[in-house]
Amino acid sequence: MTPRGLSFEFWPALPEMALLVAACLVLIVDLFLSDSRRAWSYWLAQLGVLAAAWIQLRSFQELPVRALGGMFVADEMAYVLKLFSYVCVSLMLFYSRDYLVARRLFRGEIFVLALTSLLGITVMISASSFVTLYLGLELMSLSLYAMVALQREASRAVEAAMKYFVLGALASGLLLYGMSMVYGATGTLDIAGSAAVMARGGANTTIVVFGLVFIVSAIAFKLGAVPYHMWVPDVYEGAPTAVTLFIGTAPKLAAFAVAMRLLVGSLSAFAFDWQGMLLILSLLSMILGNVIAIAQSNIKRMLAYSTIAHMGFMLMGFLTANTEGYSAAMFYTVTYVLTAAVAFGIVLLLSREGFEAEQLDDFKGLNQKSPWYAFLMLIAMFSLAGVPPTVGFYAKFSVIAAAVEVGLVWLAVVAVATSLVGAFYYLRVVKLMYFDEPVDRTPVEARVDTRILLSANGLALLLLGVFPQWLMGLCVIALARSY
Amino acid sequence: MSQHLLSLAIWVPIAAGLLVLGLSRDQDAPAARWLALVGAVAGFAVTIPLYTRFAIGTAEMQFVETLEWIPRFNVNYLLGVDGISVLFILLNSFITVLAVWAGWVVIERRVAQYMAAFLIQSGLINGVFSALDGVLFYVFFESMLIPMYLIIGIWGGPNRVYAALKFFLYTFLGSVLMLVALIYLYTVSGGSFSILEWYQLPLSLKTQVLLFVAFFVAFAVKVPMWPVHTWLPDAHVEAPTGGSVVLAAITLKVGAYGFVRFILPILPDASRYLAGFVITLSLIAVVYIGFVALVQPDMKKLIAYSSISHMGFVTLGFFLFSQMGVEGGLVQMISHGFVSAALFLCVGVLYDRMHSRSIGDYGGVVNTMPKFAAFAMLFAMANAALPGTSGFVGEFMVILAAIKSSFWLGFLAATIMVLGASYTLWMYKRVWFGAVANDRVAKLSDLSRREFWLLAAVALAVLAMGLYPKPFTDVMHASVSELLSNVAKSKQ
Repeated sequence: MTPRGLSFEFWPALPEMALLVAACLVLIVDLFLSDSRRAWSYWLAQLGVLAAAWIQLRSFQELPVRALGGMFVADEMAYVLKLFSYVCVSLMLFYSRDYLVARRLFRGEIFVLALTSLLGITVMISASSFVTLYLGLELMSLSLYAMVALQREASRAVEAAMKYFVLGALASGLLLYGMSMVYGATGTLDIAGSAAVMARGGANTTIVVFGLVFIVSAIAFKLGAVPYHMWVPDVYEGAPTAVTLFIGTAPKLAAFAVAMRLLVGSLSAFAFDWQGMLLILSLLSMILGNVIAIAQSNIKRMLAYSTIAHMGFMLMGFLTANTEGYSAAMFYTVTYVLTAAVAFGIVLLLSREGFEAEQLDDFKGLNQKSPWYAFLMLIAMFSLAGVPPTVGFYAKFSVIAAAVEVGLVWLAVVAVATSLVGAFYYLRVVKLMYFDEPVDRTPVEARVDTRILLSANGLALLLLGVFPQWLMGLCVIALARSY
Repeated sequence: MSQHLLSLAIWVPIAAGLLVLGLSRDQDAPAARWLALVGAVAGFAVTIPLYTRFAIGTAEMQFVETLEWIPRFNVNYLLGVDGISVLFILLNSFITVLAVWAGWVVIERRVAQYMAAFLIQSGLINGVFSALDGVLFYVFFESMLIPMYLIIGIWGGPNRVYAALKFFLYTFLGSVLMLVALIYLYTVSGGSFSILEWYQLPLSLKTQVLLFVAFFVAFAVKVPMWPVHTWLPDAHVEAPTGGSVVLAAITLKVGAYGFVRFILPILPDASRYLAGFVITLSLIAVVYIGFVALVQPDMKKLIAYSSISHMGFVTLGFFLFSQMGVEGGLVQMISHGFVSAALFLCVGVLYDRMHSRSIGDYGGVVNTMPKFAAFAMLFAMANAALPGTSGFVGEFMVILAAIKSSFWLGFLAATIMVLGASYTLWMYKRVWFGAVANDRVAKLSDLSRREFWLLAAVALAVLAMGLYPKPFTDVMHASVSELLSNVAKSKQ
């Protein structure tokens, strides 16, 4: 519906405000800190994320609610996705602390950028108007471009940032163009309002479908689905691993939310049209992502192609265009993000001062050096491969079930065939860690908080694999109440 | 406790395995060994009541346990055994004790991880045999790949990486298709993953054939049937002794078990329609692989091919759709579990001393290891299906059933008797008999106490089953009749 009057209640957006305040505080406080006391801004940033999460948790009772003149919506889906975004960003900060210190990146800038980027993510997740959505997207993207380029002296990082920026700007342009088409056809910027106009048949179909193509392209770009995937491997490889961890986790949740808001919230009347587009994206991503990942010798690139493949799987759930499929896709995204956090976390741990553990060979014999980290990585790899009893299996299971239920058995068969290809390169990591002899014997060291959180994160993959109902049910409920 | 016997059979070994993992420091290795043995024995002990309290004469599922697990997809933690599956749980738990014991002194690196892998795998396999829910079955079926992958890859021979990867990918290939089939059945049954409910589900022949293909690939790879058997010789040759034992004795049975739990009762029309196809593949396995086994220069490879040939007999028995045939197949599975385990243990005994599996390196072992030669003779005879050993019972039943359905079928099936005897006894002659071949053989020492009792335990089982198979077959009758009545009913 169109915004009801000009109601400016703002409390549903309190978590976002907390993030903004924290970002500003870090920005100011960091000015007055000497290098030895940088930890203050680090903890301040963590506190900001924690505060946002806390406020979020406290505000569950009155959902769903729209605020800020109908520009902003706090519903159950946003609630769940935001909570996981906070978790991801907080974990990223914990995991990457030593890494950042060793590379002299442990400075106020990265914390501020992480917070503003997170703010963009939450704004996107809660967008209920095209303008809010675009605002959030730009806030997130611009912060990310800067984060990638933060390692100024590394030409690779700068190149990656450049590539990311140019292509990202193009995608933003596509999205804006597509949204303007929808606006032109429906006469409203409100997402739910545009859907109502289309449902009445009040929109020019040609214009909407024309806009839809651009919107789907932009979403595919943000997800990293083939053929809009070119930036993913380069950015993953070029960015500092801490930033790669960031890009690989929370923004995926946001991209899923954008897809939900735009394709389901607004363009659900044209589901038939976008289903076909997503089908192609999904199919190509699964095949190309998994096949090309085999040829990689750099673990960050390998995980980049694996992301592409996983987004293909996620889209397979999404394109069924029913609530079961959406909830399966959401479950898939959340579990993927949790798994990727472990995988990149281990990569971060293996990196030391002046040494990036990004070649696959750096994993050789990890089981003999640090059996526990090898075990965590083993869980993450099997989870990515979709082998039970890890949670990755249930994610694959849900999206395949969603596809089979709408009669896309052939797509399910292709999907499992590509996951077989995927198993090959995940197993290679396991092979390197467990079957090969280590090159050097220095055990991996980590801070206590990193150790505890990474272990909890890794074991969660196993625990959620044994008891998947909790998270699965959460996604179902969140989506059923929101859409 | 009795209502949780199956859960105990699954979780006792897994819990023991996790405890053992805690002792992963090198100086804790002796403690890890003992804890693993205690865990394995306890795991076997909790399965014994499954047999003693088993109600003979009913085809109903027994010791049933139900718990809601994933309500979102109506998946339940549903366990239960009938006369077909109960024996395999006992067999598996028994073999696990042997496998742990077989690795006692041989494994020196990362003992805790080794022992834990076997224990966890044992629990998972018990889960496969007792799961009555499709997803639960699949979860166990897939997760049991992980320990075996690590066992082959970490403690295996020189070419272990290749073998481990091949093992994993082959079996993964089969099972992912099955996943789609399971989900499809869930959809058409209106939202149920209960295997027993699927038995009543009407399906058109075309659907049945497609589902048959999906399930067949999964289980045929596991059995393994010709022509998807090529992973097995590699895996066997590279795996450590304990790994080979479990692989041959148990994991192959999982594939054959899938046939009787899923394919025959859920897809009866397709099973009858495609019986000729399966029988042909089985006969090729029996005859052609039998010949292949004959020319193997490597003992482990020879036994691996012999396993394929014997398992071909099992699938042959199943697809004759007669009481005698199916029961013969099941008996053959159990017997082969004992015999192949024993043969791999024998090869392990030799390999630990000589570090060679090549038949050409041996000769005249009987002169230096008389006790060992006696055991090996018994197992060789059992492999060749000599009456009085367990190998005879199953093969005889299947051959009888085959002759009943067609003379030539029986004739071809019976070649296993000839071929089995040839390759086994020829190997026996070359390794054990004759003059002492070289100095290294002359220096061999006879069985240690551990090895003696290890082999004695299996020998006892082989003889008991050969001389008095009734306790084994009695358990099966009712369930097999029920299975056959399911197969006879058309579901179209």
